[in-house]
Amino acid sequence: MKKQFFANAIAASAILFLGSCGSNLDVQPTQSIETGASLKTSKDLEAYLIGCYDGLQGIDGNGDTYAGGFMYVSELLGSDGTELRFAGTFNNLLELDSKTVLKNNGSAENQWVRSYNVINRCNTVLANLDKTTDKLAPAKRDRFEGEASFIRGALYFELTRLYGKQWGDGDNATNPSVPIVTTPTSSVTDADSRPRASVAAVYAQAIADLTKAEAKLPSDNSIFANKWAAAGLLARLYLQQANYSAARDAASRVIESKQFSLTDKFEQAFNSKLTNRGNNPAEYIFAILTSEQDGNNGMNTFFGVTIGDIPGTAGRGDLRVLPAHIALYDAADDRGQFFIKPDANSAAVYTYKFLDRFGNVPVLRLAEMYLIRAEGNARLSTVVGAKPADDISMLLKRANLPAASTVTVNDILKQRRLELAFEGFRLHDIKRLKTKVGDLPWNDPKLVLPIPQREMDVNKQLVQNPGY
Amino acid sequence: MKKLFPIFLTIFLCLWATFLSAQNRSVSGTVISASDEQPLAGVSVVVKGTFLGTVTDVDGKYSFLAPEGSTLTFSFIGFTSTEVAIGANSLINVSLKEAADVLSEVVVTGYGTQIKRELTGNIARLKGKDIENMPLVSVDQALQGKAAGVFVNAGGGKLGQAVTVRVRGNSSISASSQPLYVIDGVPITTGDLGNYGGGTNTLADINYNDVESIEVLKDAQAGAIYGARAANGVVLITTKRGKSGKTSVSFNYQTGVSEATKRLPFLNAAEYETFYRQAAGYRDRLAKIDPKDPDSYTSGLFGKDGFLDFYSLGTYGTPKQVDVNWQEQIFRKAPTQQADLQLSGGTDKTKYYISGQFLDVTGTIIGNKLQRLSGRMNLDHKATDWLSFGAGMSLARTDNQRLPDDNAFSNPLQSAALTPFTPLVDPNTGLLVGAPPGAVGVPLYYNPLLSIEYGKFTALTYRMLSNVYGQLNLTKNLRFRSELGTDILSQNEEGYFGSQTVRNQTRAARGIGSNYATFVTNFNTSNYLNFSTISGEHSIDATLGMGYQQSNTLRNFIEGFGFASDAYKKLESAATKSDGFSRESNYRFTSYFARANYKFRDRYLLGVSARIDGSSRFGANSRYGQFPSVSAGWVLSEEGFMKKIPAISFLKFRASYGVTGNAEIGDFPQLGLAAGDASYVGSPGQRPSQLANPDLKWETTTQTDFGIDFGFFKNRITGELDYYSKNTTDLLLQVNVPATTGFTRLFKNVGKLTNSGFEVVINTNNLVGEFKWSTSFNWAANRNEVTDIQGQIIEGGVSSMNRVAEGQPIGVFFAPEYAGVNPANGDAMFYKNTKNADGSINRDTVSNKDYNSAERVVIGNPNPKFIGGITNTFSYKGFDLSIFFSGVYGNKANFYGVGQYSSANGIYEDNQTKDQLNAWRPDNRITDIPEARYLRSNGNQPSSRYIFDASYLRLRNLSFGYTLPKEWLNRIHIEKLRIYVSGTNLATFTNYKGWDPEVSTDSFTANFVQGNDFYTPPVPRTILFGFNITL
Repeated sequence: MKKQFFANAIAASAILFLGSCGSNLDVQPTQSIETGASLKTSKDLEAYLIGCYDGLQGIDGNGDTYAGGFMYVSELLGSDGTELRFAGTFNNLLELDSKTVLKNNGSAENQWVRSYNVINRCNTVLANLDKTTDKLAPAKRDRFEGEASFIRGALYFELTRLYGKQWGDGDNATNPSVPIVTTPTSSVTDADSRPRASVAAVYAQAIADLTKAEAKLPSDNSIFANKWAAAGLLARLYLQQANYSAARDAASRVIESKQFSLTDKFEQAFNSKLTNRGNNPAEYIFAILTSEQDGNNGMNTFFGVTIGDIPGTAGRGDLRVLPAHIALYDAADDRGQFFIKPDANSAAVYTYKFLDRFGNVPVLRLAEMYLIRAEGNARLSTVVGAKPADDISMLLKRANLPAASTVTVNDILKQRRLELAFEGFRLHDIKRLKTKVGDLPWNDPKLVLPIPQREMDVNKQLVQNPGY
Repeated sequence: MKKLFPIFLTIFLCLWATFLSAQNRSVSGTVISASDEQPLAGVSVVVKGTFLGTVTDVDGKYSFLAPEGSTLTFSFIGFTSTEVAIGANSLINVSLKEAADVLSEVVVTGYGTQIKRELTGNIARLKGKDIENMPLVSVDQALQGKAAGVFVNAGGGKLGQAVTVRVRGNSSISASSQPLYVIDGVPITTGDLGNYGGGTNTLADINYNDVESIEVLKDAQAGAIYGARAANGVVLITTKRGKSGKTSVSFNYQTGVSEATKRLPFLNAAEYETFYRQAAGYRDRLAKIDPKDPDSYTSGLFGKDGFLDFYSLGTYGTPKQVDVNWQEQIFRKAPTQQADLQLSGGTDKTKYYISGQFLDVTGTIIGNKLQRLSGRMNLDHKATDWLSFGAGMSLARTDNQRLPDDNAFSNPLQSAALTPFTPLVDPNTGLLVGAPPGAVGVPLYYNPLLSIEYGKFTALTYRMLSNVYGQLNLTKNLRFRSELGTDILSQNEEGYFGSQTVRNQTRAARGIGSNYATFVTNFNTSNYLNFSTISGEHSIDATLGMGYQQSNTLRNFIEGFGFASDAYKKLESAATKSDGFSRESNYRFTSYFARANYKFRDRYLLGVSARIDGSSRFGANSRYGQFPSVSAGWVLSEEGFMKKIPAISFLKFRASYGVTGNAEIGDFPQLGLAAGDASYVGSPGQRPSQLANPDLKWETTTQTDFGIDFGFFKNRITGELDYYSKNTTDLLLQVNVPATTGFTRLFKNVGKLTNSGFEVVINTNNLVGEFKWSTSFNWAANRNEVTDIQGQIIEGGVSSMNRVAEGQPIGVFFAPEYAGVNPANGDAMFYKNTKNADGSINRDTVSNKDYNSAERVVIGNPNPKFIGGITNTFSYKGFDLSIFFSGVYGNKANFYGVGQYSSANGIYEDNQTKDQLNAWRPDNRITDIPEARYLRSNGNQPSSRYIFDASYLRLRNLSFGYTLPKEWLNRIHIEKLRIYVSGTNLATFTNYKGWDPEVSTDSFTANFVQGNDFYTPPVPRTILFGFNITL
């Protein structure tokens, strides 16, 4: 019996010992960390701020938002097929090109989802500026607030341009734009089903954010947004509103800052990895950076193509430039030479602007500021900063063309078209200049993206755009 | 909840004290087989209702001390158990009859066993013999058509890929719906551990010729003992163990060839030209351009410098013009071979089983190959009357050359989309077309052959499954067993894609390489008491114990590109180390379980069980869950009034009710998380990545089962009928939230779904005697309905066409309904299906351009209505023949993944399926294929046009063997020699229009996304020749 007692004792104690394993169930995550532990010090907050830029890099080759999505959506939706041909297989892009966008269009969904994801990151930074365990130094606090405000304001501006009616197309105060969210999300309630704010309200939010950013940001800020990026984007925004004086003045502030200068040659303004070791060319006011380790260049994905002789080039080669576009340039214009065939036999021609797999994606170039200031001055018959002809001549001379002594508004718009071709301006210029996309007038509902189907499905407060 | 535990323990202690004292007497005897009167070694001789007992030795003899007045049970696998009362005898010789029915089989139940006839739950049992030597890589595929109510879809024909297994329907939406796999008591690591292509299958590391039996626990009575992890069913795999007696040496070798079951016809060059001339002609008419105009669409395709000129490398319209059948380039006749060596034997004290296998399978798609080398050793030792222990260990090395996922240009089957005018070899370079320095932009899409020729991705896995146990017979009625098990999986994946693959992967311009290391350690212990007693007409079996499991997954990754030449393939030589990570994840379970089975007069059966599971995956507010079950059975045939009906040899009614859970909800789904992966070109950054839900817990399934087990005519006909109803609540949903919050999804326990169905199992011995014929048949119907998801929209799959919607089966196809072609103009039409004011449905049609105004409706269900299988086995003298059919009925598959490009009115320049030749033309107005329109949508949008019936009946396996007569073999000292041929997937009867109806692309992993075809390779047909020799 002794033997059995011994065995019983082992059994019972083994069970009881192992019975205490319950406390082992509190397993801490090792890869991600709990939200509370992630935001304590000012360094933690800075990491969240960096995360805002990361969010603009795009999560895959599609390169959403400023990594390309905003720009190629504009170029495709603004294309009438005469200058640019879509030859790819992605349905979402084909729909944009053929103006038959479906409610579940992937590009329409991605720009929306990704933008708000980044807005939440910005809101996290803005809501915690004064909550870190170590107080932020005033200069740093200004910088953090400025950068997060810049990114948020820029996103609201781009969202309203894509999902709302053009400024001035009817009543801005009642035309629906996108929901405005300015606080970070920690839980989801019914209150998070927000209705669409008006076009006027979203523009006001963007202006407020960008204006604050311009005030708070330093003049020079490494690879991150600086004061002039905010001013430059404000110039673009005011131009979209046909507020020519404000646009002109904002552009002039950027130019007169002397922080930026045009590259000597047009070609040097692009393909930053191939031509400038990955550094931004001197005329970039703001760009989304990519490297071998980080980021995606969506412009390269769709406009780019692999050129056998140029290592580092890549792309799906989906967007081909047609002869009608190239014919727009003067024979001597360097910009008219900035196209390439992947090989001699190829019938397809591509823009040279986005061949670089790891090139930075230009968002704001100084050239645009000259064009905005010139257009503002020309329309208002003013000479703020410089005569329109002088500003335009800066671009002409760089393109190996003779300087102009006088320019009309139409001359400026022509230069704008050539200088900024395929950089994401097409649709928005058509809308503000009230021209056409093929047979579609500038204010046709087909030129406004649908509110994504997935968002309509989960948020009953939303009203779909006409035509979807 | 933990309070339960001491109470149970007290009860047990009291019970066993009752049985401590009794008078013993010595009994001995010999056990022989009734058929050949040869002694049987390894027969278990046990005092009924206790754990007292022994086994027979090599000569069939046994001897031990048994209590006075007790009854001995003699049982041996393959024989009918026999009970003999000791009475006044001390010499008891027994002759065992070979089992003709399954009712006397011992069934593994998890932490114990039970005789099939006494089960009160539903457990499907497969013997290792039923599945051995099937040319399948993983054991889960072997369940197909063999176990009632178990739906298996191989998904496609790639080797070692994830297989969909659903036990009694799909009971989850966002969490896993795969069953829990337990091998020799250890819940093993399952799931996808791959980093390339579709999901991998960790069961591919298991040699299923080592399997003694597979039990599928289907109802709540059977499953509740696995608590929070049993809602999707539990698959218990028991490996072979040694038997005392003569050493058995068995060698098996088989070799054969596989080929894809089907080719899908695509256009040849002449048909391609005809079709695209129509497509371009339409655009020219629309634009009012003369097709001869150089700016016309026709010229753009067929003119100088046009599409075909470019993509044919200038050969179009010249004598060098080609007509390449691209699809034919990627299929091949694939050799396969397998060798097995199994040794087993032992004494009454020590028994062993040792095996080794070499498996070498070549895929039917180029570039795919799997080799597995595995070994196992199982050892059991009985040290004393009261102590026995043992160990099992297996080690496997699996080397899998993998293919990309279906939705990749490099998927070989996507070559079907390439134009037949493109030469296979670039005449300028002599290399495969598309390889630099030739034209990289040709063919139309990336040439997948380049990734096969110049690239490779290999997963090399080492897998060690081991367990040790010790067993103490504390008293004659009480046994304690302690098990420790580990499952260690170490996987290295290495990929290199040379400079020639640059078009597929732009960073491969100078080669790109990657290497992943995955290391999963899974530790499990179970400690439990088994109690068994008989007192008069009462008998009780009870189990009480606890378990603990912890799993840790470590992953590392490095990627680099830029190699001096393609001869360098290791990342040390990469100029740029472009990416890398290390990752870790953990989960733990602590469990307590108890079970008691009570039997009265051999006819009234009652069972109760309960399990408490705690897991690190559950939120702080709901850490422990309780999973009870009750069940009852009534063996009617034991009643006096039934014994008068001689035709009915066995009849049992049973019913069970219980609760099980599903905890496969990922690690840390309940926590609010930040991720540190948000760096910006070298500056470290973080981001919010997941919202918290401290209430998050398991999904709960309550299941009711009513069953009848029967045997007629001396059990020559046996079977089971079952009706079950499973209600799953607290579904773990990745609930969509407004993206304006910065998140798109949140994990929540909301929603309900139900599965209910019938199962029929019939086994018959149609002919006995010299010519034997037996039939085994199973059939099951399951109805699935999502009853409540609180209005969530959950969709996925190709173009998000799979949807989870209330009132519908899970994952139904949801898109506008195709209304055919307008005979007047060739436009595709769709039904509006909008609601009229009076509530009726508007069946007006809209044409292609108003596609957006057509409502999306349910257009098909990927879940089968019925599944089943039938196996007929014949034997005559030395010959044996087995014919196995399996089938599914009533499910739909979605061809849109292929059709949107290849049956798409020539919208792109993709080669088209042959049926597109019947497109609308002015001279062919009555058709359901819309007019071909180059670069314009015309019916290629998601719609019911691409939803096809995927029912099939398949001759899954046919094998024919001949066992040489013993008289011949004895002279050369061979015990047994069998030669055989077998064929797998020899014939498939289906109306499915794609490659194969057993399809579910590996490009989508959500478990409700089923039945999508995306250039998915079809399953292989295999013919094998083999022999088996036993010494």
